[in-house]
Formats: sequence, structure tokens, C-alpha cells
Amino acid sequence: MSAREEVLGRIRTALGADRPRVDVPPLPSPRDLPAAELLDLLTDRVEDYRATVLRCAPGEVGATVVRGLDLALGGGWSPADVVVAPGVPAAWRPEGSTEDDGRPAVGLAAFAATLTGVATAVAETGTLVLDGSPLSGRRALSLLPDVLVCVVEAAQVVPDVPDALARLDPVAPITMVSGPSATSDIELQRVEGVHGPRTLVVVLAA
Amino acid sequence: MTTTPQDSRAEPTPLAPGAPRSGTTFLGLPTAPRGVGHLRGTQSFPDAARTALRDGQLRANLGRATTTIRGKRAAVVAEVPHWEQLRQAGKALKAATMARLDEHLEELERQVTARGGTVHWARDATEANRIVTGLVQATGSREVVKVKSMATQEIGLNEALEAAGIEAIETDLAELIVQLGEDSPSHILVPAIHKNRSEIREIFRRTIPGVDPGLTDDPRRLAMAARTHLRERFLRARVAVSGANFAVAETGTLSVVESEGNGRMCLTLPQTLITVMGIEKVVPRWEDLGVFLQLLPRSSTGERMNPYTSTWAGVTPGDGPQEFHLVLLDNGRTAVLADEVGREALHCIRCSACLNVCPVYERTGGHAYGSVYPGPIGAVLSPQLTGVEDNASLPYASSLCGACYDVCPVAIDIPSILVHLRGEHVEAQTRPTAEAVAFRGLARVMSNPRLWHLAQRAAGLGRFLARGKPTLPAALPPPASAWTRSRDLPTPPRKSFVQQWTEEHRQ
Repeated sequence: MSAREEVLGRIRTALGADRPRVDVPPLPSPRDLPAAELLDLLTDRVEDYRATVLRCAPGEVGATVVRGLDLALGGGWSPADVVVAPGVPAAWRPEGSTEDDGRPAVGLAAFAATLTGVATAVAETGTLVLDGSPLSGRRALSLLPDVLVCVVEAAQVVPDVPDALARLDPVAPITMVSGPSATSDIELQRVEGVHGPRTLVVVLAA
Repeated sequence: MTTTPQDSRAEPTPLAPGAPRSGTTFLGLPTAPRGVGHLRGTQSFPDAARTALRDGQLRANLGRATTTIRGKRAAVVAEVPHWEQLRQAGKALKAATMARLDEHLEELERQVTARGGTVHWARDATEANRIVTGLVQATGSREVVKVKSMATQEIGLNEALEAAGIEAIETDLAELIVQLGEDSPSHILVPAIHKNRSEIREIFRRTIPGVDPGLTDDPRRLAMAARTHLRERFLRARVAVSGANFAVAETGTLSVVESEGNGRMCLTLPQTLITVMGIEKVVPRWEDLGVFLQLLPRSSTGERMNPYTSTWAGVTPGDGPQEFHLVLLDNGRTAVLADEVGREALHCIRCSACLNVCPVYERTGGHAYGSVYPGPIGAVLSPQLTGVEDNASLPYASSLCGACYDVCPVAIDIPSILVHLRGEHVEAQTRPTAEAVAFRGLARVMSNPRLWHLAQRAAGLGRFLARGKPTLPAALPPPASAWTRSRDLPTPPRKSFVQQWTEEHRQ
């Protein structure tokens, strides 16, 4: 008998003919927040992870991205060291930045910063969700450079995790990002910055 | 083909209900085999605990760390007004999944396969190790990067790979500390919880080639040292091995929940990804993740959300590994499933909240449990995976205070399972234990008033042993020592209650 047949057979033996019937209670209904409160909550929660949130009008995203890069990289950064997800609108991009051209993923480690959009963002947990689409970029893009700048538009913000999942394609390569890379492995104290980007800047356009 | 584990052990025939689960359960389901993996200790819990309790540094480290995490968890759980409703939903979802586990696994297999992945089934640790080793060998790589995973710890995968000449590099910071220190993990979430910052600095200074000799014990600096040490290994890695926190049957989506980004490195950069997952990790629907992704981080690291959660389904062209293997592991889980009371232990989502609140764990640490699954959940899971006689002391490694049940995000009734397993252990004894003899004697004495009064008077003689102290000495001769070595036995009173009552009412 194959291992597959044997394991499945064991499960059937273990459960017996009379399987328990289980009713799953209804899930808690999501919080309904007015749009303005939703954005305030997201800002508060992202900042709590020691990430930077810059809020701006939809027409000011490009300038705000540059301000975010100034904060993260200090003065004198070169736009060519900023790699951008291919679906990011031209108006958001610093002039002279590099578009991800699909080069071998490890080649992305040479860039100083990454700029992407997001698929959705969760206010309650301060989570940005990237889904591998041209706007979010492939997974290695938001991983290897040490600074990550993400642009979030107001309409993309949802109250809680279940609302975000409902907006996502379950078979897409999804990364949920809640603050910069961190660890609690030394005496259970949170320290920001291990293998992923050590600096996270969120540009919130509304 | 693998050798069936019961071959090398006793009981070739199915046992009667209530009989010991050494080798097989009463339904004939094999438990995790001996001689491979890390589910059994070399000492009983009380013996191992005694060593741990003498280690003042260990107790200080554990006390500090568990106090920190308990406070963080309590704060973020209190923020969620519908926490109890979420918890009950999590419990029901897990119970419903277990009741149809075979169907969900078949669906998962169909979906993963349809999206370009390959699914393997492993009856036990030996078979899983052989499958993974073979897959790595087929790539020609001599090293793999690893995401922290309980399942691969459980089966002893690193040792199996090493035996085949393949180096397994642990990339989670705490796992790295344990691996570099040639130590073993003592906590589900933070395997190096027993080490403090200066001990970790010493390990790094001793073992990381080219590390800054002036490395301080600032956690930030230590994390940076790990970043530098592993960076180049991530970039050159061709094969990664991970576990899985969840697998969604209806979509074939796997999920890993982590903090550092080491998981993302492993899940994203190598050409080949091999995921080893216990069969109980499947959830039926995509939306079920919405419940567990709220419950897990708050219970685990005490955060609203962990820094990184990755999900993937099979292979995505142009993004991440182009070869994906999923190994579905039994290793005693179906034996657990066969026990109507004990099967709730399979609902565990490995958050480790029960460890952090447990007064026993806080004092002994994780090594005393002898298994990769320590603490309250380990005390109910390990004996069931191995058969209760192979971990017979673990169901007793608890004061039954119930704190573990209160914090469990999927409401596993750990105290009830502990009592259930104690019962199973007692019923499995073929020869009477000292305790059984003592209680049988006590039952006789207590059912006869004359014997009872005599016995009370005799017990009063214990006062001579106490020499005026409120408790009897711990060093009583056997079999009494079995009781007194870990418990205080109060000095018997001068007169019993009945004697006093009689005297007072005679007057």
C-alpha cells in the first residue's frame, strides 16, 4: 500500500464510521469605521511598529515618496539606486529610478531602496498586503533592498484581516508586511531590523 | 516502503481499549517510531526538572522572558472585543477540519498539484526524512537553508540530512543560536529562550567566523551579526526547507508566519522549496485564515500582526521557487486523532502562549520535557504522538491550574486531556504501583472506623520524624520518597479533628 493510501486509511480508521458533526459559529462581524478613522487607525498601527507614515494628497505622492527616501537614506541618494515595481504609476516614481526588469532575484540586493504599491492594507493591524501583481512587484523586490517605500491609497484600506483576505486572490504569492523586519528572539524583546528591510516608509495618499 | 514502526516494538496485535499505546493505539494505529526525531527525552520529567531547577541563570532568563511576553499578549488580546468569539470560531473550525481530515488533505493535494507543486506522503519521521533527503540530493545541492519549523525538528531532519552529507542551515535567529551553540530548542516560538543576551554574544563570538570581536550584547547588534552571517548564504541558496503554519485545502495555498524575513528569503530566493507539514495543519477554506491570522500573532509574540506572513500556491512563474514539494507527515498524528478526548491536541497552532503562562514551564524550562514540544501542549501532544508509555511522566508535569486552557487561542482543554492521559497511564500498568497499593490500603482503612482511628494515632508518630518542623523531611525512605521528594508533607497534628471533637464534647 502506498504511504498516501495508508495515511488516508489511518485517518478513516481513527475517525470511524460515525464522524462528529461540528457547527462553526458565525464569525465576528467586522468593525465598521468611517473612512477618516480608518486612515487614522492605520497610521497609528503602522507607526506603532516603528515605521514611518507620510500622509499626502493623491496629487503629491511623487514628492512625498522623495521625502520618504530622504528620511530613510539620508541626503545624496541616487535615484538609480531605487528600484520600482513595474506597475507603479509614473507620477509616483522618483525621476531616474530603475524599474524592476525581471533580472535574477539576487541582483535586487544591490539596490538601496524599493518603491511599490500595495494590494490592500489592514487598519486594525497596520498591515500592508503585497500580492505579486505589477503594482506590488515580485516578492524578492520588497525583501532584498534595505529600505521599503509603499504607497497606499485611501480606497485600499480595509478594517481588519478578514476584509483584506476577501479582496485577495488566494493563489497569488502574497506577502503581508507589518512594520520593518523584526525579531523577539533575544529575551523576547522586539528589535527592528533583521533580514528583511530595516526601514519601512508608508506613503498614505488620501 | 518504510518499515512499520510497530515491527520493532511490542504488541503485534491490536490491543484492547484502554491498553497502552506503545507502538500502536487500540485501533492499531502506529505512533511515532523510536530512534528517530525528538519526541522522547532520555530522562523522566521529574529527573530532568530537578537539574533545571538548580540552574539559577536558567530560571532568571525564563522568568524575565515569560513575564515580558505575558504582559504583551494580555495587552493585545484585551484590545479585541470579540476575542472569545474568535477563539470559539477557531476551536470549531479545527474540530470541523479534523472530522473531515481525509477529504481536506485530498483536496489540498489536488490543488497543490494543479498549481505545479508535487505532494508526498510520509507515514512517519523516517519516511519523511528519506523523502526530503532524496529531493535535496536530486538537486545536487550540498546545503539547504531552513525556515524555523517544528515538524522538521520533530522528525530530526537536520541529523538525517547531515548523515547524507547535506548541511542544513537554520536561519531563524533563535534556531541559529541553538544550532551554533550545539544546544537543543526549549520553546516552540523562541527556541533559545533559555539563553540571555550575554550568553548569546558568547556563542556568536565563539562560532561565527569573522565576527566583530568587540560585539556587544545589545540585541540590535546581535541581530545585525546574524544578518551579516546569513546574508550571503541566502543569496547563494538553491534549496530551502520550511514548515507551514496553515495550508488551505480549497486553493492549495501554503502559509508561513514569521518576523525576521529569514522565512521570506527561504521561500523566495532558492530554486527549490520543500515544505514539511503535519497533516493537522490543513484548513478547509481561504477565509478560515482570517480567524487564525488574528488569533496566532496576538497569542504568540503579543503583536497585532507578525512582521511577515507569506502565502503561496504551487509555483508562480517569475516569482519565487520554480520547484515546490509538499511533504504531508503523519508520524503519530492519526493515533492522536483516534482518541476522542486527546485529538483536541491536534488543534494546536503552535503559538506557545500556554508555555508562557505555565508555572511549571516557567520554572523548569523546555528541555525538561524531553521533546521538541514542551510546556502544557507538549505534555499532551508528545505522549500521544509516541504512545503514553514512552512519555509517561509528561501528563503529570502540571499542577492542573488551567492557565494554559485560558490563554489557548483555539481553546484546547489541556487540563482535561492531561487527566485523561494520566488515567490511560494508570490503566496501562500491569503491576500495581506503590501509589495504587497505598490508595488501596487507604480505602480499606477509611471504610473501617476502628482501623481509621488506629491509623490516625499511628500517623501521629510522624511527629517524631518532623522534630518540631512544620513539614516532614524530604528524604523519607522509599516508597514514601516518591511523594516527598517533590512535595511538602505537613507534620501530622498532635491530635486529629475527631479526637479533639470527642474530647471537647465529652466535657
